[in-house]
Amino acid sequence: MQIIERSAFPVLCEALQRRGYELVGPTLRDGAIVYDRLASAADLPIGWTDEQQGGAYRLKQRPDGALFGYAVGPHSWKKYFLPSEQALWRAEREENGFRIIEDRRDAPKLVLIGVRSCELHAMAIQDKVLMGGACVDPWYASQRERVFIVAVNCGQAGGTCFCVSMHTGPKATSGYDLALTEVLEGDRHYFVVDVGTEAGEALLLDIPHREARDEEAKTAEEVVTQTAKTMGRTMDTTSIKELLYANVEHPRWERVAARCLACGNCTMVCPTCYCTTVEDVTDLAGEQTERRRTWDSCFTMDFSHLHGVGSVRSSTKGRYRQWMTHKLATWFDQFGTSGCVGCGRCITWCPVAIDITEEVRAIREATS
Amino acid sequence: MAPAPKLKLAVWKFASCDGCQLTLLNCEDELLAIADRVDIAEFREASRAVAQGPYDLSLVEGSITTVRDASRILEIRRASKTLVTIGACATAGGIQALRNFKDVNDFISLVYASPQYIDTLATSTAIAAHVRVDFELRGCPIDARQLIEVIGAYVHGHRPRTPSHSVCIECKQRGTVCVMVARGTPCLGPVTHTGCGALCPTYHRGCYGCFGPMETPNTGSLSEWWGHLGVREEDVVRAFRTFNADAEAFRREAQAHEH
Repeated sequence: MQIIERSAFPVLCEALQRRGYELVGPTLRDGAIVYDRLASAADLPIGWTDEQQGGAYRLKQRPDGALFGYAVGPHSWKKYFLPSEQALWRAEREENGFRIIEDRRDAPKLVLIGVRSCELHAMAIQDKVLMGGACVDPWYASQRERVFIVAVNCGQAGGTCFCVSMHTGPKATSGYDLALTEVLEGDRHYFVVDVGTEAGEALLLDIPHREARDEEAKTAEEVVTQTAKTMGRTMDTTSIKELLYANVEHPRWERVAARCLACGNCTMVCPTCYCTTVEDVTDLAGEQTERRRTWDSCFTMDFSHLHGVGSVRSSTKGRYRQWMTHKLATWFDQFGTSGCVGCGRCITWCPVAIDITEEVRAIREATS
Repeated sequence: MAPAPKLKLAVWKFASCDGCQLTLLNCEDELLAIADRVDIAEFREASRAVAQGPYDLSLVEGSITTVRDASRILEIRRASKTLVTIGACATAGGIQALRNFKDVNDFISLVYASPQYIDTLATSTAIAAHVRVDFELRGCPIDARQLIEVIGAYVHGHRPRTPSHSVCIECKQRGTVCVMVARGTPCLGPVTHTGCGALCPTYHRGCYGCFGPMETPNTGSLSEWWGHLGVREEDVVRAFRTFNADAEAFRREAQAHEH
């Protein structure tokens, strides 16, 4: 374990920028902490926190100058690896047909600042989906290869967090170059640093740092332990796959469908949801066309539209059940892990506060 | 490959503010490309020149509010191979469909100095209530990019790319922070048809529902949540009774809160 003082944190960012990385991280915008490009460490939401519950998110000022004193916000890192809209290729009309122009650019070098443990797990899940099979997504893979990850162990749990239940946090265990635990103790403000890769170790040489004393490492452990004790939500995941498979016709699905807006927000904010659609955009002259990939959602009618049949999953009940059962059950069969990392975004950003932990509880209680 | 032959296009106006026709004129960068692919046979907002039908593609703006218009739309349908309605007036009766919930004679006597000259129907109705419509383009006003997409779709013979899901998906694709969750601002986005580019939430306003109901609108659940946000019953009625007041899902929801 190493120590970087708060005063040296900007140096860390500058050292990465000197290596050609663009800074990406949490920043204040439109009443929330979102992920965006940062000019420097000063763009972080210093001294801000959030309060979250089902369907509600509010920013609050903290009494201290913490850099990472908040839970995850409405954005997830997937927007950098799997952008909401991406041009895949273009085609131009020629005299005897058309010519395809591939739209492959080198992904920018990004440093992701403040990645949480649940988010590292979400990235690992998306890696499996988009790079783990026979078909590797070249756009995703190219960006994945060009990131430096500065993880942050959570110093506080959000009101809708349940990573402890999903075994995905709050302490980062893999998938980072550096992992920081922010400590604020009286006048002292420092980061306990865990080095994850050689690139992380090399970077540390450019930043004022020193070996952590035992009590500092212990304090960092306590920060994470305390966070783990204050999760806003819990989910009992015992035999969850079997539970959901056995309850495909449970009356609870009707009840949640009565509230569900089928608006798709849960899928958009979910850090593991990866569904996209492709569409061709042709100019009026009919000379050029572009194939675009955009985020899609299993809550739309188009998603399950079959030619000549229409939507084969037309009820909201069927769509909510499909989404939740995929996250918590069929994902295991498909990819060998849970599709839910317990980040709580789908609870906070559901406009009517539908709570996946509550839905599981209701089905479990009625069954047992 | 030879380019597709030019389409004969007509633009028709019924009861409306002309805003949707203006959207076509406002497509400044694309107007030449449009003129390249279509012959504009009838478009009085743009030109006095009129060519006889039949027409390959008729764009119809406005709602049916008079006996004369009710028979005129039948003629236009007969003269049009494809008929596309554009804008909330044509697809749902428009803001003038507010008369459908009251006695229109009360309005006439309040609005006009000489009400005896006014000859109007008791209701304002969508074009589809009178004739078969091939495609409805939503919005108050319509979105220019979507209009070009629809014209392009008929020029090139593909399905128009105009999704009917919620505005929320467009907000999230843009990275816009949800105004209802982060600010407690009542927003119609979750029950509203996408197409505007999530304009209002991007400027920190709740969605006004200009594009009418989305494909599977759960208006009851949204209204109930608005109640938690402190929205009064009469304001729920007002929110659903604007440009798409007579679109079925919005009409029913407003009626459910009217006491």
